[in-house]
Amino acid sequence: MNYGIKLLIWGDRACFTRPEMKAERVSYDVITPSAARGILEAIHWKPAIRWVIDSIKVLKPIRFESIRRNELGAKLPANSITKGIKEKSTAGVIKFIEEDRQQRATTLLRDVAYVITAHFELTDQAGTDDNAGKHLDIFNRRAKRGQYFHMPCMGNREFPAYFELVENDQELDSAPELKGEKDLGWMLHDIDFANDNTPLFYRAIMRDGLIEVPEILASEVKS
Amino acid sequence: MTAINNRYEFVYLFDVKNGNPNGDPDAGNLPRLDPETNQGLVTDVCLKRKIRNYVALEKENTAGFDIYLQEKSVLNNQHKKAYEALEIKHEAKKLPKDVAKARELTSWMCANFFDVRTFGAVMTTEINAGQVRGPIQLAFATSIDPIVPMEISITRMAVTNEKDLEKERTIGRKHIVPYGLYRVHGFISAKLAKQTGFSEDDLQLLWRSLTNMFEHDRSAARGEMAARKLVVFKHDNAMGNAPAHKLFDLVKVSRKDGEDGSPARRFSDYAIEVAQNLPEGVSVQEVF
Repeated sequence: MNYGIKLLIWGDRACFTRPEMKAERVSYDVITPSAARGILEAIHWKPAIRWVIDSIKVLKPIRFESIRRNELGAKLPANSITKGIKEKSTAGVIKFIEEDRQQRATTLLRDVAYVITAHFELTDQAGTDDNAGKHLDIFNRRAKRGQYFHMPCMGNREFPAYFELVENDQELDSAPELKGEKDLGWMLHDIDFANDNTPLFYRAIMRDGLIEVPEILASEVKS
Repeated sequence: MTAINNRYEFVYLFDVKNGNPNGDPDAGNLPRLDPETNQGLVTDVCLKRKIRNYVALEKENTAGFDIYLQEKSVLNNQHKKAYEALEIKHEAKKLPKDVAKARELTSWMCANFFDVRTFGAVMTTEINAGQVRGPIQLAFATSIDPIVPMEISITRMAVTNEKDLEKERTIGRKHIVPYGLYRVHGFISAKLAKQTGFSEDDLQLLWRSLTNMFEHDRSAARGEMAARKLVVFKHDNAMGNAPAHKLFDLVKVSRKDGEDGSPARRFSDYAIEVAQNLPEGVSVQEVF
Protein backbone atom coordinates (compact mmCIF):
# COMPACT_ATOMS: atom_id res chain seq x y z
CA MET A 1 0.00 0.00 0.00
CA ASN A 2 1.22 3.43 -0.83
CA TYR A 3 0.43 6.19 1.61
CA GLY A 4 2.40 8.80 -0.28
CA ILE A 5 1.31 12.35 -0.83
CA LYS A 6 2.42 15.01 -3.26
CA LEU A 7 2.18 18.64 -2.32
CA LEU A 8 2.90 21.65 -4.49
CA ILE A 9 4.26 24.56 -2.49
CA TRP A 10 5.28 27.99 -3.69
CA GLY A 11 6.17 31.42 -2.38
CA ASP A 12 7.72 34.76 -3.27
CA ARG A 13 10.63 34.35 -0.90
CA ALA A 14 12.30 31.60 1.08
CA CYS A 15 15.22 31.21 3.45
CA PHE A 16 16.41 27.73 4.39
CA THR A 17 19.29 28.89 6.51
CA ARG A 18 22.64 27.13 6.22
CA PRO A 19 23.70 26.27 9.76
CA GLU A 20 27.26 27.43 9.05
CA MET A 21 26.00 30.85 7.99
CA LYS A 22 23.26 31.67 10.40
CA ALA A 23 24.32 34.99 11.89
CA GLU A 24 23.99 36.66 8.55
CA ARG A 25 21.64 34.06 7.16
CA VAL A 26 22.43 32.49 3.82
CA SER A 27 19.87 30.13 2.37
CA TYR A 28 20.55 26.74 0.87
CA ASP A 29 19.85 26.54 -2.86
CA VAL A 30 16.72 24.50 -2.25
CA ILE A 31 14.37 23.51 0.53
CA THR A 32 15.76 21.06 3.09
CA PRO A 33 13.90 17.85 3.98
CA SER A 34 13.49 19.21 7.50
CA ALA A 35 11.77 22.40 6.25
CA ALA A 36 9.59 20.31 3.96
CA ARG A 37 8.62 18.14 6.92
CA GLY A 38 7.75 21.31 8.86
CA ILE A 39 5.43 22.40 6.06
CA LEU A 40 3.59 19.07 6.08
CA GLU A 41 3.35 19.19 9.87
CA ALA A 42 1.82 22.69 9.63
CA ILE A 43 -1.04 21.11 7.69
CA HIS A 44 -1.46 17.87 9.62
CA TRP A 45 0.53 16.13 12.28
CA LYS A 46 -0.10 14.01 15.33
CA PRO A 47 2.41 12.38 17.66
CA ALA A 48 1.19 9.10 16.20
CA ILE A 49 2.75 9.79 12.80
CA ARG A 50 6.12 10.79 11.42
CA TRP A 51 6.51 12.38 7.99
CA VAL A 52 9.23 11.03 5.71
CA ILE A 53 10.27 13.10 2.72
CA ASP A 54 10.92 10.93 -0.34
CA SER A 55 11.86 13.49 -2.93
CA ILE A 56 11.85 17.18 -3.66
CA LYS A 57 11.25 18.53 -7.11
CA VAL A 58 12.51 22.01 -7.79
CA LEU A 59 10.27 23.76 -10.29
CA LYS A 60 11.83 27.19 -10.65
CA PRO A 61 15.35 28.46 -11.34
CA ILE A 62 17.43 29.11 -8.21
CA ARG A 63 17.78 32.84 -7.63
CA PHE A 64 19.03 34.80 -4.64
CA GLU A 65 18.42 38.23 -3.18
CA SER A 66 19.70 40.01 -0.13
CA ILE A 67 17.85 41.94 2.53
CA ARG A 68 19.23 43.56 5.66
CA ARG A 69 17.14 44.07 8.75
CA ASN A 70 17.51 45.38 12.26
CA GLU A 71 17.54 42.46 14.64
CA LEU A 72 18.08 41.95 18.30
CA GLY A 73 21.63 41.09 19.25
CA ALA A 74 23.24 39.08 21.99
CA LYS A 75 21.71 37.97 25.24
CA LEU A 76 22.69 38.96 28.71
CA PRO A 77 25.22 36.69 30.40
CA ALA A 78 23.74 34.65 33.22
CA ASN A 79 26.38 35.62 35.76
CA SER A 80 25.43 39.29 35.65
CA ILE A 81 21.94 38.24 36.65
CA THR A 82 23.09 35.97 39.46
CA LYS A 83 25.23 38.88 40.59
CA GLY A 84 22.21 41.12 40.49
CA ILE A 85 20.26 38.64 42.57
CA LYS A 86 23.05 38.34 45.09
CA GLU A 87 23.32 42.10 45.40
CA LYS A 88 19.53 42.38 45.46
CA SER A 89 19.66 45.03 42.79
CA THR A 90 18.49 45.05 39.22
CA ALA A 91 20.72 47.99 38.39
CA GLY A 92 23.30 45.85 36.63
CA VAL A 93 20.76 43.61 34.94
CA ILE A 94 19.90 45.96 32.15
CA LYS A 95 19.63 45.76 28.41
CA PHE A 96 18.32 48.27 25.93
CA ILE A 97 17.22 47.26 22.48
CA GLU A 98 18.63 50.51 21.21
CA GLU A 99 22.05 49.45 22.38
CA ASP A 100 21.72 45.90 21.23
CA ARG A 101 20.62 46.29 17.68
CA GLN A 102 22.34 44.27 15.02
CA GLN A 103 21.91 44.80 11.36
CA ARG A 104 21.93 41.43 9.72
CA ALA A 105 21.69 40.55 6.09
CA THR A 106 19.70 37.60 4.85
CA THR A 107 20.55 36.05 1.51
CA LEU A 108 17.26 34.54 0.55
CA LEU A 109 15.70 32.72 -2.36
CA ARG A 110 13.25 34.40 -4.68
CA ASP A 111 10.19 33.00 -6.38
CA VAL A 112 10.36 29.35 -5.37
CA ALA A 113 8.12 26.38 -6.11
CA TYR A 114 8.61 22.75 -5.15
CA VAL A 115 6.75 19.50 -5.27
CA ILE A 116 7.25 17.50 -2.08
CA THR A 117 6.71 13.78 -2.30
CA ALA A 118 6.39 12.22 1.11
CA HIS A 119 4.78 9.49 3.12
CA PHE A 120 4.36 8.91 6.80
CA GLU A 121 5.03 6.15 9.22
CA LEU A 122 3.24 5.37 12.42
CA THR A 123 5.28 5.93 15.55
CA ASP A 124 5.20 3.93 18.75
CA GLN A 125 2.85 6.55 20.15
CA ALA A 126 0.14 5.42 17.75
CA GLY A 127 -2.93 4.19 19.53
CA THR A 128 -5.36 1.53 18.45
CA ASP A 129 -7.52 3.97 16.49
CA ASP A 130 -4.57 5.41 14.57
CA ASN A 131 -4.40 3.87 11.18
CA ALA A 132 -2.50 5.20 8.24
CA GLY A 133 -5.60 5.60 6.12
CA LYS A 134 -7.19 7.96 8.61
CA HIS A 135 -4.22 10.29 8.77
CA LEU A 136 -3.78 10.19 5.01
CA ASP A 137 -7.43 11.19 4.59
CA ILE A 138 -7.09 14.04 7.05
CA PHE A 139 -3.99 15.35 5.33
CA ASN A 140 -5.43 15.10 1.84
CA ARG A 141 -8.69 16.72 2.88
CA ARG A 142 -6.94 19.61 4.57
CA ALA A 143 -4.47 20.16 1.74
CA LYS A 144 -7.26 20.10 -0.82
CA ARG A 145 -9.32 22.65 1.10
CA GLY A 146 -6.39 24.85 1.94
CA GLN A 147 -6.77 24.16 5.64
CA TYR A 148 -3.85 24.44 7.99
CA PHE A 149 -2.93 24.19 11.65
CA HIS A 150 -0.69 27.19 11.20
CA MET A 151 0.26 28.82 7.92
CA PRO A 152 3.24 26.89 6.57
CA CYS A 153 6.32 28.91 5.77
CA MET A 154 9.40 28.78 3.59
CA GLY A 155 12.03 28.51 6.29
CA ASN A 156 11.12 31.74 8.12
CA ARG A 157 7.64 32.73 9.18
CA GLU A 158 7.68 35.99 7.23
CA PHE A 159 7.82 33.96 4.00
CA PRO A 160 4.47 32.17 3.71
CA ALA A 161 4.32 28.91 1.78
CA TYR A 162 1.18 28.55 -0.32
CA PHE A 163 0.19 24.99 -1.02
CA GLU A 164 -1.98 22.80 -3.17
CA LEU A 165 -2.42 19.05 -3.27
CA VAL A 166 -1.09 17.43 -6.43
CA GLU A 167 -3.69 14.91 -7.51
CA ASN A 168 -4.24 12.31 -10.19
CA ASP A 169 -0.58 11.85 -11.10
CA GLN A 170 -0.49 15.35 -12.46
CA GLU A 171 3.08 16.06 -13.63
CA LEU A 172 4.66 19.40 -12.88
CA ASP A 173 7.81 20.11 -14.79
CA SER A 174 10.99 21.76 -13.63
CA ALA A 175 12.23 24.87 -15.42
CA PRO A 176 14.49 24.07 -18.41
CA GLU A 177 17.37 25.85 -16.60
CA LEU A 178 17.47 22.97 -14.14
CA LYS A 179 18.26 20.32 -16.75
CA GLY A 180 21.30 18.19 -16.05
CA GLU A 181 22.94 17.13 -12.83
CA LYS A 182 23.91 19.52 -10.08
CA ASP A 183 25.69 18.65 -6.88
CA LEU A 184 24.26 20.86 -4.15
CA GLY A 185 26.86 19.70 -1.63
CA TRP A 186 26.19 18.63 1.91
CA MET A 187 22.79 19.75 3.09
CA LEU A 188 20.94 19.46 6.34
CA HIS A 189 18.64 16.48 6.21
CA ASP A 190 16.97 16.84 9.56
CA ILE A 191 17.63 17.05 13.24
CA ASP A 192 17.61 13.80 15.19
CA PHE A 193 15.59 14.94 18.19
CA ALA A 194 15.76 11.53 19.80
CA ASN A 195 19.55 11.64 19.92
CA ASP A 196 20.42 14.90 21.62
CA ASN A 197 19.33 17.04 18.66
CA THR A 198 22.05 15.76 16.36
CA PRO A 199 21.94 17.42 12.97
CA LEU A 200 22.11 14.97 10.08
CA PHE A 201 23.46 15.84 6.65
CA TYR A 202 23.19 14.30 3.22
CA ARG A 203 24.73 14.88 -0.16
CA ALA A 204 22.01 16.50 -2.23
CA ILE A 205 22.20 15.81 -5.95
CA MET A 206 19.67 17.47 -8.20
CA ARG A 207 19.00 15.63 -11.46
CA ASP A 208 16.79 17.54 -13.88
CA GLY A 209 15.34 19.37 -10.90
CA LEU A 210 14.64 16.27 -8.85
CA ILE A 211 16.33 15.53 -5.53
CA GLU A 212 15.93 12.05 -4.11
CA VAL A 213 16.01 12.23 -0.33
CA PRO A 214 17.53 9.22 1.43
CA GLU A 215 15.94 7.73 4.53
CA ILE A 216 17.05 9.59 7.63
CA LEU A 217 19.01 6.63 8.94
CA ALA A 218 20.43 5.59 5.59
CA SER A 219 24.20 5.09 5.41
CA GLU A 220 24.68 8.14 3.18
CA VAL A 221 23.28 10.39 5.87
CA LYS A 222 26.07 11.61 8.18
CA SER A 223 25.92 13.41 11.44
CA MET B 1 -9.90 34.80 28.35
CA THR B 2 -10.92 32.28 25.72
CA ALA B 3 -8.95 32.08 22.53
CA ILE B 4 -10.36 32.83 19.10
CA ASN B 5 -12.01 29.94 17.30
CA ASN B 6 -11.71 31.01 13.70
CA ARG B 7 -8.92 31.16 11.23
CA TYR B 8 -8.41 34.54 9.56
CA GLU B 9 -6.47 35.98 6.69
CA PHE B 10 -6.19 39.65 5.96
CA VAL B 11 -5.10 42.00 3.22
CA TYR B 12 -3.85 45.32 4.51
CA LEU B 13 -3.16 48.31 2.30
CA PHE B 14 -1.27 51.40 3.37
CA ASP B 15 0.34 54.21 1.49
CA VAL B 16 3.14 56.70 1.86
CA LYS B 17 3.43 60.18 0.44
CA ASN B 18 6.77 61.94 0.35
CA GLY B 19 8.25 59.76 3.01
CA ASN B 20 10.38 56.71 3.66
CA PRO B 21 8.22 53.86 4.95
CA ASN B 22 11.13 51.53 5.76
CA GLY B 23 14.79 52.37 5.24
CA ASP B 24 17.26 49.77 3.98
CA PRO B 25 20.33 49.64 6.23
CA ASP B 26 22.20 48.01 3.36
CA ALA B 27 21.60 50.93 1.04
CA GLY B 28 22.28 53.96 3.19
CA ASN B 29 18.69 54.11 4.45
CA LEU B 30 17.20 54.31 0.97
CA PRO B 31 13.63 52.99 0.90
CA ARG B 32 13.68 49.23 0.52
CA LEU B 33 13.39 47.97 -3.03
CA ASP B 34 12.86 44.59 -4.58
CA PRO B 35 15.86 44.60 -6.93
CA GLU B 36 14.10 42.45 -9.51
CA THR B 37 10.90 44.43 -9.89
CA ASN B 38 11.69 47.82 -8.29
CA GLN B 39 8.62 47.41 -6.13
CA GLY B 40 8.97 48.92 -2.70
CA LEU B 41 9.24 46.67 0.34
CA VAL B 42 8.34 47.04 3.99
CA THR B 43 9.49 44.18 6.20
CA ASP B 44 7.22 42.22 8.50
CA VAL B 45 9.25 43.27 11.53
CA CYS B 46 8.82 46.94 10.66
CA LEU B 47 5.03 46.61 10.79
CA LYS B 48 5.13 44.47 13.94
CA ARG B 49 7.17 47.18 15.64
CA LYS B 50 4.39 49.68 14.86
CA ILE B 51 1.69 47.33 16.15
CA ARG B 52 3.66 46.93 19.38
CA ASN B 53 4.09 50.68 19.69
CA TYR B 54 0.40 51.29 19.14
CA VAL B 55 -0.63 48.69 21.73
CA ALA B 56 1.86 50.15 24.20
CA LEU B 57 0.23 53.56 23.70
CA GLU B 58 -3.37 52.42 23.88
CA LYS B 59 -2.91 49.97 26.73
CA GLU B 60 -0.41 51.93 28.75
CA ASN B 61 0.13 50.12 32.05
CA THR B 62 -2.89 47.88 31.56
CA ALA B 63 -2.31 44.50 33.10
CA GLY B 64 -2.04 41.80 30.46
CA PHE B 65 -1.00 44.18 27.72
CA ASP B 66 2.66 44.69 28.50
CA ILE B 67 4.98 44.79 25.55
CA TYR B 68 7.93 42.47 25.84
CA LEU B 69 10.10 43.87 23.06
CA GLN B 70 9.94 47.50 24.05
CA GLU B 71 12.12 50.22 22.83
CA LYS B 72 14.17 50.99 25.91
CA SER B 73 13.09 47.89 27.72
CA VAL B 74 14.97 45.27 29.61
CA LEU B 75 14.46 41.83 28.17
CA ASN B 76 15.94 39.75 30.90
CA ASN B 77 14.19 41.81 33.53
CA GLN B 78 10.93 40.72 31.94
CA HIS B 79 12.01 37.09 32.22
CA LYS B 80 13.08 37.66 35.76
CA LYS B 81 9.62 39.04 36.50
CA ALA B 82 8.23 35.69 35.37
CA TYR B 83 10.55 33.75 37.59
CA GLU B 84 9.97 35.99 40.53
CA ALA B 85 6.20 35.95 40.11
CA LEU B 86 6.24 32.17 40.13
CA GLU B 87 9.05 31.83 42.64
CA ILE B 88 11.01 29.44 40.50
CA LYS B 89 14.74 29.19 40.78
CA HIS B 90 16.29 29.63 37.37
CA GLU B 91 19.01 27.56 35.89
CA ALA B 92 21.22 28.96 33.21
CA LYS B 93 20.40 28.12 29.61
CA LYS B 94 18.18 25.13 30.20
CA LEU B 95 14.45 25.14 30.53
CA PRO B 96 13.38 24.24 34.04
CA LYS B 97 13.56 20.48 34.27
CA ASP B 98 10.02 20.32 35.51
CA VAL B 99 7.94 20.52 32.34
CA ALA B 100 4.89 21.79 34.21
CA LYS B 101 6.88 24.70 35.61
CA ALA B 102 8.32 25.52 32.20
CA ARG B 103 4.81 25.60 30.84
CA GLU B 104 3.77 27.83 33.70
CA LEU B 105 6.52 30.30 32.82
CA THR B 106 5.53 30.37 29.19
CA SER B 107 1.86 30.84 29.94
CA TRP B 108 2.72 33.62 32.37
CA MET B 109 4.60 35.39 29.57
CA CYS B 110 1.66 34.87 27.21
CA ALA B 111 -0.89 36.12 29.72
CA ASN B 112 1.04 39.26 30.53
CA PHE B 113 2.58 40.31 27.25
CA PHE B 114 0.43 41.17 24.25
CA ASP B 115 3.24 40.75 21.74
CA VAL B 116 4.28 37.37 23.09
CA ARG B 117 0.81 35.89 22.67
CA THR B 118 0.37 37.61 19.31
CA PHE B 119 3.67 37.22 17.50
CA GLY B 120 5.41 34.75 19.77
CA ALA B 121 8.90 35.11 21.14
CA VAL B 122 12.03 33.09 21.56
CA MET B 123 12.74 33.30 25.22
CA THR B 124 15.65 30.94 25.23
CA THR B 125 17.85 33.54 26.81
CA GLU B 126 20.16 32.84 29.69
CA ILE B 127 17.16 32.92 31.95
CA ASN B 128 15.06 30.60 29.93
CA ALA B 129 11.35 31.11 29.59
CA GLY B 130 10.80 28.82 26.63
CA GLN B 131 9.72 29.50 23.08
CA VAL B 132 6.32 30.68 21.89
CA ARG B 133 4.96 30.61 18.38
CA GLY B 134 2.32 33.27 17.99
CA PRO B 135 -0.85 33.00 15.91
CA ILE B 136 -0.15 36.08 13.77
CA GLN B 137 2.11 35.71 10.80
CA LEU B 138 2.88 38.67 8.56
CA ALA B 139 4.58 38.58 5.19
CA PHE B 140 6.63 41.35 3.59
CA ALA B 141 4.61 44.30 2.30
CA THR B 142 5.18 45.07 -1.37
CA SER B 143 4.14 48.11 -3.30
CA ILE B 144 1.58 47.66 -6.06
CA ASP B 145 3.70 49.48 -8.62
CA PRO B 146 7.45 50.01 -8.87
CA ILE B 147 8.53 52.95 -6.74
CA VAL B 148 11.10 55.60 -7.56
CA PRO B 149 12.92 56.75 -4.44
CA MET B 150 14.17 60.33 -4.57
CA GLU B 151 17.17 61.71 -2.79
CA ILE B 152 16.54 65.15 -1.36
CA SER B 153 19.44 67.26 -0.18
CA ILE B 154 18.70 69.43 2.81
CA THR B 155 20.76 72.00 4.66
CA ARG B 156 21.05 72.82 8.28
CA MET B 157 22.01 76.32 9.36
CA ALA B 158 24.32 75.08 12.06
CA VAL B 159 27.30 72.80 12.50
CA THR B 160 27.94 70.14 15.11
CA ASN B 161 31.63 70.71 15.86
CA GLU B 162 33.35 73.90 16.69
CA LYS B 163 36.14 73.20 14.21
CA ASP B 164 33.57 73.25 11.40
CA LEU B 165 32.44 76.72 12.39
CA GLU B 166 33.62 78.40 9.21
CA LYS B 167 31.51 76.02 7.12
CA GLU B 168 28.41 77.66 8.59
CA ARG B 169 26.05 74.94 7.53
CA THR B 170 25.86 71.22 6.96
CA ILE B 171 24.19 69.35 4.16
CA GLY B 172 22.15 66.26 4.81
CA ARG B 173 20.24 63.78 2.71
CA LYS B 174 16.69 62.53 2.89
CA HIS B 175 15.29 59.68 0.89
CA ILE B 176 11.64 59.75 0.04
CA VAL B 177 9.13 57.83 -1.99
CA PRO B 178 6.86 60.37 -3.75
CA TYR B 179 3.99 57.92 -3.55
CA GLY B 180 3.60 54.23 -2.91
CA LEU B 181 0.64 52.00 -2.13
CA TYR B 182 1.76 48.90 -0.25
CA ARG B 183 -0.04 45.61 0.22
CA VAL B 184 0.66 43.08 2.92
CA HIS B 185 -0.84 39.69 3.67
CA GLY B 186 -1.43 38.37 7.18
CA PHE B 187 -2.43 35.02 8.63
CA ILE B 188 -4.02 34.18 11.95
CA SER B 189 -3.99 30.57 13.08
CA ALA B 190 -6.81 29.64 15.45
CA LYS B 191 -4.87 26.63 16.69
CA LEU B 192 -1.79 28.62 17.68
CA ALA B 193 -4.10 31.23 19.23
CA LYS B 194 -5.37 28.49 21.50
CA GLN B 195 -1.82 27.72 22.60
CA THR B 196 -1.03 31.33 23.52
CA GLY B 197 -4.51 32.46 24.60
CA PHE B 198 -4.93 35.08 21.88
CA SER B 199 -8.53 36.21 22.48
CA GLU B 200 -11.31 38.01 20.62
CA ASP B 201 -10.38 41.21 22.49
CA ASP B 202 -6.80 40.83 21.31
CA LEU B 203 -8.06 40.41 17.78
CA GLN B 204 -10.09 43.62 17.99
CA LEU B 205 -7.04 45.36 19.39
CA LEU B 206 -5.00 44.08 16.47
CA TRP B 207 -7.51 45.48 13.99
CA ARG B 208 -7.49 48.79 15.90
CA SER B 209 -3.73 48.91 15.82
CA LEU B 210 -3.68 48.26 12.07
CA THR B 211 -6.26 51.02 11.66
CA ASN B 212 -4.47 53.60 13.77
CA MET B 213 -0.82 52.72 14.04
CA PHE B 214 0.45 55.18 11.45
CA GLU B 215 -1.39 58.01 13.23
CA HIS B 216 1.00 57.57 16.14
CA ASP B 217 4.14 57.02 14.13
CA ARG B 218 4.63 60.46 12.64
CA SER B 219 8.19 61.51 12.09
CA ALA B 220 10.36 63.57 9.78
CA ALA B 221 11.40 60.48 7.85
CA ARG B 222 8.00 58.86 7.36
CA GLY B 223 6.17 61.64 5.53
CA GLU B 224 2.46 61.02 5.28
CA MET B 225 1.64 57.40 5.87
CA ALA B 226 -1.92 56.16 6.10
CA ALA B 227 -3.79 52.92 6.50
CA ARG B 228 -6.06 52.64 3.49
CA LYS B 229 -7.86 49.34 3.57
CA LEU B 230 -8.16 46.27 5.74
CA VAL B 231 -10.01 43.31 4.30
CA VAL B 232 -10.48 40.42 6.70
CA PHE B 233 -11.44 36.90 5.64
CA LYS B 234 -12.97 34.85 8.41
CA HIS B 235 -13.22 31.08 8.14
CA ASP B 236 -16.05 29.25 9.89
CA ASN B 237 -13.75 26.34 10.52
CA ALA B 238 -10.78 26.68 12.86
CA MET B 239 -8.62 24.88 10.30
CA GLY B 240 -9.99 27.08 7.52
CA ASN B 241 -12.45 26.69 4.68
CA ALA B 242 -10.38 27.80 1.69
CA PRO B 243 -6.75 28.14 0.63
CA ALA B 244 -5.23 31.46 1.66
CA HIS B 245 -3.90 32.32 -1.79
CA LYS B 246 -7.37 31.98 -3.32
CA LEU B 247 -8.72 34.50 -0.83
CA PHE B 248 -5.91 36.95 -1.46
CA ASP B 249 -6.68 36.72 -5.17
CA LEU B 250 -10.15 38.08 -4.41
CA VAL B 251 -8.71 41.48 -3.52
CA LYS B 252 -7.65 43.25 -6.68
CA VAL B 253 -5.82 46.55 -6.68
CA SER B 254 -5.43 48.26 -10.02
CA ARG B 255 -4.74 51.64 -11.52
CA LYS B 256 -7.84 53.50 -12.53
CA ASP B 257 -8.78 53.57 -16.18
CA GLY B 258 -6.84 55.86 -18.42
CA GLU B 259 -4.15 56.55 -15.90
CA ASP B 260 -1.85 53.72 -16.84
CA GLY B 261 1.63 54.88 -17.64
CA SER B 262 1.49 58.02 -15.55
CA PRO B 263 3.02 57.74 -12.10
CA ALA B 264 0.55 57.25 -9.27
CA ARG B 265 0.62 60.09 -6.78
CA ARG B 266 -2.46 59.60 -4.65
CA PHE B 267 -4.67 56.85 -3.34
CA SER B 268 -7.48 57.84 -5.70
CA ASP B 269 -5.25 56.75 -8.60
CA TYR B 270 -6.01 53.20 -7.54
CA ALA B 271 -9.18 51.15 -7.58
CA ILE B 272 -9.69 48.38 -5.04
CA GLU B 273 -12.09 45.63 -5.76
CA VAL B 274 -13.12 42.90 -3.37
CA ALA B 275 -14.78 40.10 -5.32
CA GLN B 276 -17.85 38.78 -3.59
CA ASN B 277 -17.76 35.21 -4.90
CA LEU B 278 -16.50 33.85 -1.60
CA PRO B 279 -15.82 30.18 -1.03
CA GLU B 280 -18.35 28.49 1.23
CA GLY B 281 -17.72 29.00 4.90
CA VAL B 282 -15.68 32.18 4.45
CA SER B 283 -17.03 35.62 5.23
CA VAL B 284 -15.37 38.88 4.38
CA GLN B 285 -15.26 42.00 6.47
CA GLU B 286 -13.94 45.29 5.20
CA VAL B 287 -12.85 46.81 8.49
CA PHE B 288 -12.28 50.14 6.75
